[in-house]
Amino acid sequence: MSDPHIQVRNLTMAYGSLVIQRDLNFDINRGDIFVIMGGSGCGKSTLLKHMLGLLQPREGDILYNNESFFHASEKQQGRMRQCWGITYQSGGLFSAMTLAENVNLPLQLYTSYSATDRADIIAYKLALVGLAGYQDYYPSEVSGGMRKRAALARAIALEPEILFFDEPSAGLDPISSRLLDELIEQLQESTGATVVMVTHELPSIFGIATNSVYLDASSKTMIAYGDPKHLRDHSDQPVVRQFLAREASSPREEQV
Amino acid sequence: MSQLPPGFDLLTDDRDSAVLLLTGDWVQGQTHRDFQVLKDDLCCLTAPELVVDGSGLGRWDSILMAFLLQSYNQCQEDNIRFTTRNLPEGVEQLLEVATTVPTHVPPASSGPPWYRALYPGHLARELLKTGTGSLEFLGELAIALGRLAMGRANTRFSDFRQFCYQAGPDAFAIISLTSVLVGMILAYLGAVQLQQLGAEIYVADLVVIGMLREMGVLMAAIVMAGRTGAAYAAQLGTMQGNEEIDAISTMGISPIEFLVVPRLLALVVMMPLLTLYANLLGIIGGGIVAGGLGITPLMYISEGESALSLQHLVVGLVKSVVFGLLIAVAGCHSGINSGRSSAAVGQAATEAVVTAIVYLIVADAAINIICQQLDI
Repeated sequence: MSDPHIQVRNLTMAYGSLVIQRDLNFDINRGDIFVIMGGSGCGKSTLLKHMLGLLQPREGDILYNNESFFHASEKQQGRMRQCWGITYQSGGLFSAMTLAENVNLPLQLYTSYSATDRADIIAYKLALVGLAGYQDYYPSEVSGGMRKRAALARAIALEPEILFFDEPSAGLDPISSRLLDELIEQLQESTGATVVMVTHELPSIFGIATNSVYLDASSKTMIAYGDPKHLRDHSDQPVVRQFLAREASSPREEQV
Repeated sequence: MSQLPPGFDLLTDDRDSAVLLLTGDWVQGQTHRDFQVLKDDLCCLTAPELVVDGSGLGRWDSILMAFLLQSYNQCQEDNIRFTTRNLPEGVEQLLEVATTVPTHVPPASSGPPWYRALYPGHLARELLKTGTGSLEFLGELAIALGRLAMGRANTRFSDFRQFCYQAGPDAFAIISLTSVLVGMILAYLGAVQLQQLGAEIYVADLVVIGMLREMGVLMAAIVMAGRTGAAYAAQLGTMQGNEEIDAISTMGISPIEFLVVPRLLALVVMMPLLTLYANLLGIIGGGIVAGGLGITPLMYISEGESALSLQHLVVGLVKSVVFGLLIAVAGCHSGINSGRSSAAVGQAATEAVVTAIVYLIVADAAINIICQQLDI
């Protein structure tokens, strides 16, 4: 079970003099569906941005396949990034391109497929996310849930080893949100990719997550790590149990 | 690692079904036979079932999945049952996920022919639409200004102050540079001609009258159209994309009063001030060149003073108010009518600058003709 794909080591994140989280240490195993959870404003998205290399850590490092990301050369970083697929909170689709062109872009940049092969692959990737036949639509012409799924199609275009999601089900109705969760799970099972998601949607957390970390806003560090179902019943931290059992906010959170 | 080229064979089974035998490595970098070949074969097929057999399959990636999905869709179309055997587990699962949702058929769009844009009727309609759109905007603007005059408009003074700052002090540096240079250019231009007549001293008259009536205000306006007009269009266009304008409308506030009026007033108030500043710097720039021609500062000032009249100054200031109004209207109109995508915001900003410059030149010509007719 211990086959760490991503290792976070002594990570301290800060904006200027404002420390967001300190001393984060955890592993994400290959094939995990890993959830980063915590209350609003605790630094979940900031942690994701550090993992994606969009922000520099104040201290510490993140290792992918035992290789440091922040000490790697720019070329190596580029190579590592090619193994990632990323879905941003609001999709991050290019609004001036059709869905097919959005999926085509990474294929065109990083693969040697011919144009006809690419068209076939685009049709397949869109079919995977349930958008078969929507090639020529613009992101503004489809619904919010479809935009998220199209963004997922673009993220999986290069068959990534790691899939990152920033709040995948934010703004979706419960049914669409459930379908998206199922899709993520099915894709994970059939491709064996490692999935990292930032979310505070409890149905997603209990439905598909196999491992998780809880970031606490008041103590500014992680206070729980493990399977969320186990944490709900057995965590030694009352805040974590309350979060997972969806109880009224704790006095500690009120202080923030 | 050695790779076998990918391939497929369509065989007929002893039990009357067709078997599609997949062989080799279906990965990137390998050339595979075209799907069209299989499609043609499938068309001649009479078997009720197609069995995909993956026992000869090596490594695989998306290209195999793309191929299988096309075969599946073709079978659906021809009413052939599609089954699989000996396929890797991942392939089975992915195929199941990919075929859960049926293909969406976009509604057949019988769009107008491309040359429709050239029909005179169509052209006239488009022109009418643009015209009425602009008139509507101007009408709403007039109503909003009327309400403002009566003190009933939802316009925030703090917004106005902030836009004044952006359109005024923030623009000093660029206006200083352009005005000094324009003053120098005017002086050079005149000096070359006047020197032939030995009348260099009149460079001062040329620069003073030229800057006050024409160049000071026009250059300031062109800089502001590129700087502030484009910014207005981009701000309002982005707000349109973020649904901020929808939010303002649904709060019962007129977006014209809340967004356009403070911008417009800021530019109308700041343009005359910027023009005065540009005039001063332009005259100083002319003086520098005049000094190079042997005209002493004192001579330049006294000659310039004799050319200076309130009339010239007022013409320039009237123009500056008109130009400020036009730049703000062009910028805000493009921004408010912008689409919601990033490309549309860019288009709105471009449109704002181009329209503003056209308006400026037309208005400048018109004012000059009126002044000439009225002997001002």
